[in-house]
Amino acid sequence: MVLENENQQDIEADAAARAFEAALLRLDRLTATRLLTAPAGDGNGLQRIERLVLPALERIGQHWEQGGLALSQVYMSGRICEELVEQLLPAATSERGEGPLIALAVLEDHHLLGKRMVHAVMRAAGYAVRDYGRLDAAGLVARVVAEADVDLLMISTLMLASALRVAKVRELLAAAGRRLPIVVGGAPFRLDETLWQEVGATAMGRSASAAPAIIARLTGGAP
Amino acid sequence: MSEREPMTAMQRVLTALSHQEPDRVPFFLLNALHGARALGLSIRDYFAAAETVVEGQVRMQARYGHDCLFGFFYAPVEVEAWGGEVVFVPDGPPNSGEPPIRKAEEIRALAPPRIDEHPCLTRVLAAIAGMKARVGDTVPIIGVVVSPFSVPVMQMGFEAYLQLLAADRTLFDRLMAVNEAFCVAWADAQLRAGATTICYFDPVSSPTIVPRDLYLETGYPVACRTLKQIKGPTATHFASGRCLSIVDDVALTGTGAVGVSADEDLAELKDTCRGRLTVIGNLNGIAMRRWDAAQAETAVKAAISAAGAGGGFVLSDNHGEIPWQVPETVLDAVAEAVRQWGRYPLAVSS
Repeated sequence: MVLENENQQDIEADAAARAFEAALLRLDRLTATRLLTAPAGDGNGLQRIERLVLPALERIGQHWEQGGLALSQVYMSGRICEELVEQLLPAATSERGEGPLIALAVLEDHHLLGKRMVHAVMRAAGYAVRDYGRLDAAGLVARVVAEADVDLLMISTLMLASALRVAKVRELLAAAGRRLPIVVGGAPFRLDETLWQEVGATAMGRSASAAPAIIARLTGGAP
Repeated sequence: MSEREPMTAMQRVLTALSHQEPDRVPFFLLNALHGARALGLSIRDYFAAAETVVEGQVRMQARYGHDCLFGFFYAPVEVEAWGGEVVFVPDGPPNSGEPPIRKAEEIRALAPPRIDEHPCLTRVLAAIAGMKARVGDTVPIIGVVVSPFSVPVMQMGFEAYLQLLAADRTLFDRLMAVNEAFCVAWADAQLRAGATTICYFDPVSSPTIVPRDLYLETGYPVACRTLKQIKGPTATHFASGRCLSIVDDVALTGTGAVGVSADEDLAELKDTCRGRLTVIGNLNGIAMRRWDAAQAETAVKAAISAAGAGGGFVLSDNHGEIPWQVPETVLDAVAEAVRQWGRYPLAVSS
């Protein structure tokens, strides 16, 4: 009987997550908001995010990887989730600040969309993210070395030359005695499956939506 | 099997574009950057003069025996004319920096740049004319435009453009009108200078970037209007983006060929395009960096096997630009493999 109830709850949670996903893809903010905020008593903000936002974004990212969805849909979904989560979890609440501090940067490239999408998804997942903007390798290393509270570095690239420069970042950080996980993403890493290992990254995300799961795995839990 | 009469590169490409089998599979090495290394120049110095680009392209065509000269310098050359920033790096293509459109409202007053007033554009035209003087009608010269629908990524930034697409179709329509006027003028100028065909780079129209229903409302009518006005043949390239699900639409835009992604099945693409669009692709340019000769041969053989039969296929990379980091020895191996496995009638076949 207990098992049946749990199965029923799983089915309902899955249906809610899929309805939330469908609302995101329709850019239907009202329905997405309704699904995320009701019923009011059903868990705290982070629990609702885990049940609805993260599965929806993860599936959207997987569909994009497989060619079933477009980048514009991934982008808009991430932005809507980011807005909703900002409403659900004001920055000052105690539900934030317990988890790892993530630094996020674009290395050298002038195309910032990838970083923007990762930022939206990570914020939607409830992570604290420090946005470094666009930096070269030396500038990025200087910033990470200066900010000892950063637990993990995420780097977005578009061009192959910039992706290869992650090796330089890794080397300069090691020389400075600063060791922290580096997670990379962007087109060059998707097109060459072993490039992330070649440049010494700790992990690679094939889409922005994959980021929260990777960070949870590397840091041992949710935000 | 008897060997066919050798053809010039031009004859070979035109035969393939007619969906017939030439003497061998044509191949395009779209190596805009490698000429700099061939001449011992920095990328910035290489693109500073038309003569060096002509020399680089002619030398590489002589070395590899591929079937085109590439009149393309770098994507932001157009945005430079619109007032945008171009950022040179020592080991990659020049990148677009600060976009010229900072606020969407600026689109209302936007006017297309005059081609003859911008040295960045006249240098490209001089290079195409120089290539034409060197090869005449024996080797196709490929000119390049970025589509009116895709160039806003560099004109205003990707995120701002996606927001414009989602929120303000009036300004979007105005931007397309201005961009279409420039794109047609820029394409026609390259054709007048000696380009054989125009490659219409349109990555934003790919289903990788926008869903098909949005494409049909936006990038598709833009392509139909623009390609119809360009006074020469065109090929549409999605720059690594997928296109299988919109091939039927693309075939109606008036384009003659399509540059396809390494993420999609080449045989399926060829079947879908057969008789309507020539397929150009789809060697993985990023992975190519670490290939050895055997891997190059395997990749070339697989692509020819998947798409070579019946013509209507040009072997190339999947992005429309081979990365600077790809060694010349790999390009030698690709060329050798095409010569070995690309002769019609094919020894390899799906």
